[in-house]
Amino acid sequence: MSGGVPLLAFESVSVAYRRGRRWSRAVRGFDLRIGAGVTYGLVGESGSGKSTLALALLQVLPPNGRVVDGRILFRGEDLSGWSRDRLRNEFYRQVAMVPQDPLPSLNPAHRIGRQIEEVLDPRGMPTGPASEVRRRALGMLEAVGMADPERVARAYPHQLSGGMQQRVLIAMALAGEPALLVLDEPTTNLDVTTEATILDLVRGLVADRDTAVLYVSHSLGVVAELCDRVAVLYAGELVEDAPTADLYRQPRHPYTQGLFDSVPRLGTTRRAVALRPIPGRIPLPQDLPPGCVFEPRCPIAVDACSRARPELEPAGEGWARCIRWRDIVDGSADPHQPAPPARTPAGGGDVPVALDVSGLRKRFPLRRSLLEVLRGAPQRAVRAVEDVSLTVRQGRTLGLVGESGSGKSTTARAILGLDPPSAGTVTLAGQVVAATMAGRSPEAIRRLQMVFQSADEALNPYRTVGAALRRPFRRLAGLSREEAEVRVARLLEDVQLTPAYAARRPAELSGGEKQRVAVARAFAAEPEVLVFDESVSGLDVSVQAAILNLVGDLQEERGTGYLFISHDLAVVSFLADYVTVVYLGHVMEAGPAGRVLSPPYHPYTEALLSAIPLLDPGAERSHIRLEGEVPSPVDVPSGCPFHTRCPRFLGEVCVSEEPPWRQTEEGHGVYCHIPLDELRATQAPAFRFAAAEGPAGGRGDDVADAAPAGAGDQGDGDG
Amino acid sequence: MTDSALSARRPRRWIAVVRGLYARPSSAIGASLVSLFVVLAVFGPLMTPYGPIEQTFTQRSRPPSLHHYFGTDHLGRDVFSRVVAGDRDIFLLAGSGTLVAVVVGTLAGLLATYRGAWVEEITYRFFDSVLAVPALLLALLLLGSLGPSRTSVLAVIAVAYTPIVARVVRSVVLDTKTKEYVLAARMQGESLAFILGREVLPSVLPALAVESALRFSYAIFLVASLGFLGVGVQPPNPDWGLMVSEARDFVYLTPWTLVFPALGISLLVVGVNLLADGLKRVLQVEVSA
Repeated sequence: MSGGVPLLAFESVSVAYRRGRRWSRAVRGFDLRIGAGVTYGLVGESGSGKSTLALALLQVLPPNGRVVDGRILFRGEDLSGWSRDRLRNEFYRQVAMVPQDPLPSLNPAHRIGRQIEEVLDPRGMPTGPASEVRRRALGMLEAVGMADPERVARAYPHQLSGGMQQRVLIAMALAGEPALLVLDEPTTNLDVTTEATILDLVRGLVADRDTAVLYVSHSLGVVAELCDRVAVLYAGELVEDAPTADLYRQPRHPYTQGLFDSVPRLGTTRRAVALRPIPGRIPLPQDLPPGCVFEPRCPIAVDACSRARPELEPAGEGWARCIRWRDIVDGSADPHQPAPPARTPAGGGDVPVALDVSGLRKRFPLRRSLLEVLRGAPQRAVRAVEDVSLTVRQGRTLGLVGESGSGKSTTARAILGLDPPSAGTVTLAGQVVAATMAGRSPEAIRRLQMVFQSADEALNPYRTVGAALRRPFRRLAGLSREEAEVRVARLLEDVQLTPAYAARRPAELSGGEKQRVAVARAFAAEPEVLVFDESVSGLDVSVQAAILNLVGDLQEERGTGYLFISHDLAVVSFLADYVTVVYLGHVMEAGPAGRVLSPPYHPYTEALLSAIPLLDPGAERSHIRLEGEVPSPVDVPSGCPFHTRCPRFLGEVCVSEEPPWRQTEEGHGVYCHIPLDELRATQAPAFRFAAAEGPAGGRGDDVADAAPAGAGDQGDGDG
Repeated sequence: MTDSALSARRPRRWIAVVRGLYARPSSAIGASLVSLFVVLAVFGPLMTPYGPIEQTFTQRSRPPSLHHYFGTDHLGRDVFSRVVAGDRDIFLLAGSGTLVAVVVGTLAGLLATYRGAWVEEITYRFFDSVLAVPALLLALLLLGSLGPSRTSVLAVIAVAYTPIVARVVRSVVLDTKTKEYVLAARMQGESLAFILGREVLPSVLPALAVESALRFSYAIFLVASLGFLGVGVQPPNPDWGLMVSEARDFVYLTPWTLVFPALGISLLVVGVNLLADGLKRVLQVEVSA
């Protein structure tokens, strides 16, 4: 990128925040140059300083933060000297931002069309339907893939789904034809299928317009899909910067390698490959290590690493801040974290059923207005779950996947009795249990426990960890106070914390530690089945990896059956032995994980798999995108519920008739009108790895080849 | 109680709260004023040389002096003794009235809001209808039917403020009851009493502490207003409002008989309000830390 003035340049920028009387530097000595038309990814975990950099770039740091060192140059000019007016007239006309959460950026009181017109013509008056500005606004909406721009322009922000709001913001950002577009985790809150279409959209729009992009994300997969170059940020420092293909082929910094090893890849399973989490946690800006910031967690650290902060060195076509990057490249240093001990593969064959759910249905009746009651209008309902059956086996994991609105969480809550189901039975260890929590015996409650989604919300901020963990022992196991204390200490060790944690309150714990405590609490009652509702989704990848390993180990030690609910197919494919795919409250496909995740599969599963961002920029893959939005669960489409979006839509039969449940071998079934042989003939595996770390597509074989010995009981003799 | 072993290792919560209060000048003033009035209320009888209704006919309408710090009124009663006794009275009346409102309002708010559906609907519609009547009008109505007495004044405070406390409790419980830790407690088969008392109540306490202090200051006003109007505490009791009312006629002759009880009312109310404001800040910091 030599020659000419780059569009945007950070020159050893440091940003500090004031806390009390001390300033601590959240970002230190950050360098980056973005040329016109380049798509740059900025990757880091929470606490890495990536959002701080985005705010500093846009000159909107909070009052207690400021750039204390270095310069941010836009077309070669230092932005710090610019007045508010100059920023408004020159800088903000050429730079646009799309935030993570679109709704707060849209004015709830104005229609979408008017808001886009305002960007196009800031001083214009509200316009009529035939005006030039209106025409351009509709054109923008069409450009961001809105099927019905007229309708969207008339809508208010809250009437649109999250994905559509994000498209509107992208339309508004691009309306001013910016030279630089800053995207701050724009797809983090969206479903994979929506994320895939948004990424396609950004890629297409940027290529057409020669716009430079700074894409801030925590996800290596998303960045691999979109970006030309990637900068990796750790604890406020740039640790590596390289062309995307180079970075993914050969990371030159042990932290980058650690990130890759922490992410479950589609097609790898915990029975075959253990994740390698990065031990320890990201240091806070106020207590940084004296040398390299990554040294305390680094597997190849030497004495020199703790003495001085390494400089950013040119490495290949990029940069690396590691004194041993050459050793990594030539293979004399192994940047991988040590692998956790190998585990016994799950035995095949029939394992006893722990939880059986059949014909589960949950409808939430809608209130009728007085007028509707008088006119005798039919009672309508939100059909969150229509017909879900599933089986969880002892010591095995069933993954339940689907987009948001597919009924996953409602299914979990209905099974647990938190929201009693409208129909269907729940059988636990051979006995049918009552629909409501109140109707269940303490024994039935003990057997079925849950780990919640949000680590922050799952623990009462006013109670200590010990108080939270003691209760299940006291109440469900009937132990004395002293016995409970002993068990709490042992339990904390089981989740790799120390007994000292019993005295802490949730505010003193990190996100990963909170989730460990939440897992511990669920295990305290020694349940036979444990439901995980998106329990790892909110965590950083390196923390998520440690929790996934922990959860896997606990299952093998204790033989607990898991119902693992997630929107993340890679995580599910990593952890689950069986997978059930749901859409609008119906099971679309179910069976052993290897069968579900390889052809023949349901067109919906095929689309989900195709949408997942892979950690491999060069991967060949099928390209299937779903049209439109998930229909409202109040008006579930007739026939096959997926027919409105199905890429393999057959015609009348899909609309008028419910599909048959087509059963194949090994308990694999597909809910589709298309015969399995036809599906098999036309479908390619959705993923294939160019650089193989895990065996590509070998998931089905793992299950089939697993040693039948010791089926049913979990091997605990792994020494 | 189960946390006693653990809390020994960290500074006790109330000490942290007191420290927080004294870290800001405004809340320090509030806390000091309230403490002063509490000390006067508790130790008042030991400090006052005269009884509140004790008359000395030779010493009528005397200005403040070393014998009578706040002077005497037209009946020869020591104003200082009466103000101190009135302080005690107002703490008892406004305090116990507020306490009843806080306890009943919290219990009703917790139960009704947690249960939801029609229980919540009925409870809060009833409270709304009570709130629709202005507090003073409600007081006059109640006192008219019950007759003016201390018990009636206490009942007025309780009836007028229970719905307000319940609303504050509701606003917090609505948010807390859907939190995952409450679901987790249900998942462990905890009883309703445990869930409300141990899981939900702690999150209500900060807002409740602030609201209680505010309610208390309004209760002081209410007691004084009723005394002033002559429908509350009756003569010869040393009620501040009543004292101001009686002193109106002598405002040019013996202004001290009006100034000191009025000063008592305003200082106490200002103090309690500053304290409430300080509590709000301190408790917010406590939770987020």
